[in-house]
Amino acid sequence: MSNIIQTILSYGFLSRALIAGLLISVCASLLGVTLVLKRYSMIGDGLSHISFGALAFASVMGMAPLKLAIPVVAIAAIALLRLGGKKIKGDSLIAIISSSALALGIMLISYSGTSADMNSYLIGSLYAVSKSDMMAAVVLCVIAIGVFTFLYNRIFTVTFDEDFSKATGVRVGFYNTIIAVLISITVVIGMRLMGSLLISALIVFPALSSMRVFKSFKAVTISSAIISIVSFLAGFCLTLFLDGIPTGACITIVNLIIFVVLSAIKMIR
Amino acid sequence: MALIELKNVTMSYEGMRVITNLSLSVNKGDYLCIVGENGTGKTTLIKGLLGLKKLDSGEIVFGDGLKKNEIGYLPQQSDLQRDFPASVREVVLSGRINKKGFCPFFTSKDRKICTDAMKRLEIDTLASKCYHDLSGGQQQRVLLARAICASENLLILDEPVSGLDLVAAEEMYAVIDRLNSEGMTVIMISHDIKRVQKLNGFILHLGHKKEIFYGKSSEYKKYAIESGLWEKDI
Repeated sequence: MSNIIQTILSYGFLSRALIAGLLISVCASLLGVTLVLKRYSMIGDGLSHISFGALAFASVMGMAPLKLAIPVVAIAAIALLRLGGKKIKGDSLIAIISSSALALGIMLISYSGTSADMNSYLIGSLYAVSKSDMMAAVVLCVIAIGVFTFLYNRIFTVTFDEDFSKATGVRVGFYNTIIAVLISITVVIGMRLMGSLLISALIVFPALSSMRVFKSFKAVTISSAIISIVSFLAGFCLTLFLDGIPTGACITIVNLIIFVVLSAIKMIR
Repeated sequence: MALIELKNVTMSYEGMRVITNLSLSVNKGDYLCIVGENGTGKTTLIKGLLGLKKLDSGEIVFGDGLKKNEIGYLPQQSDLQRDFPASVREVVLSGRINKKGFCPFFTSKDRKICTDAMKRLEIDTLASKCYHDLSGGQQQRVLLARAICASENLLILDEPVSGLDLVAAEEMYAVIDRLNSEGMTVIMISHDIKRVQKLNGFILHLGHKKEIFYGKSSEYKKYAIESGLWEKDI
């Protein structure tokens, strides 16, 4: 164990990935609870594909990746959460937008001939977390966790019953927008580490796992943050042991194991 | 002044006009039941009252110091809530959200009002139970307690007994009757015309051919028999 800690501390990129990853795990799990309950489990997947498209566009055009990706993904998230279900059903809308964005990204990257970027965006990498990524992660995640705590009661009310909330004067659209913006930030930053293909695991698994055993919103919220931290740390260590296996895959597998164990506990009860 | 006054209200549902030039007033302490077959605009009208749906024309005026966000609403249950991890206390307490303004957290006063509402509906022993583990009748009581937390004056209930068995439905009606006799104004949608004509209040019947009955519940039975609705038991 002390070896691992020493290794992490002696390599700057590892401690950067650890700090950014921990914060993103907490953000993703908190937002995951409300997204899973709203039946928007696939939104993380959709947004990460859109983010992939935006990052590809930015790298081909030589623009700053985060500055382009965050607003683009935020707009897409707001559109999905607010407009979804009106003309086209929410899940179909996610499928259409995300596959189109992914296709566009692949076309752009293939055209410009930088396939190394493509891999790191799709699968994620420990080496991909730059200093500016880490700073962005720290600032944005602290804001996201603060906003979530501050609006916790309202988020619960809106998630449990939109009609009741609207009728009692809660600005449902406003809170959906806030959730959309927070989830976009989490996805864009998190996909550097987790990869575009696996970021949604970070969002849905902790919430689903804790819903196996806990029965109140507060307990589910707190426990999913803890599960997310534990599975991130375990997955992170696993990557260091199993040289060459990407972090995103390790974290997802740990999450799957926790989910299976908790599901078994539920069945035995 | 009336608590709520509808003036020539016209509303549509998915492009179809369902309510035309409806005028009526609800006073403090009234008990108004809205009945009618499916698709006659009952829920549309209620959504209009709550400000969730725009009126095509006409006006809804709130009087007697009633604020728009001081309505205790009990919506039809959504599928979403069936596996939602929430304790009874969390759900009931969320009814207080409209009173919070910019304050993000609940105070001891909110918790006291929440506990009182649960006691009033005899669900205080279920406070830490999970909402989706309860029976249908208990779930409706929880949502009713939440509505009471949101308003001391006016409850709007959208089919509060739908999906309940006869015993649970009768218990629910008894609770609503009691709340009304304690001074709460109640507007309720129901399918059960034989039950609601026994209530001490007013009935608004919305029909498919735009025919409307609005009057005292004691006069409703005659109308229902004459128009053949009684046998159909809508």
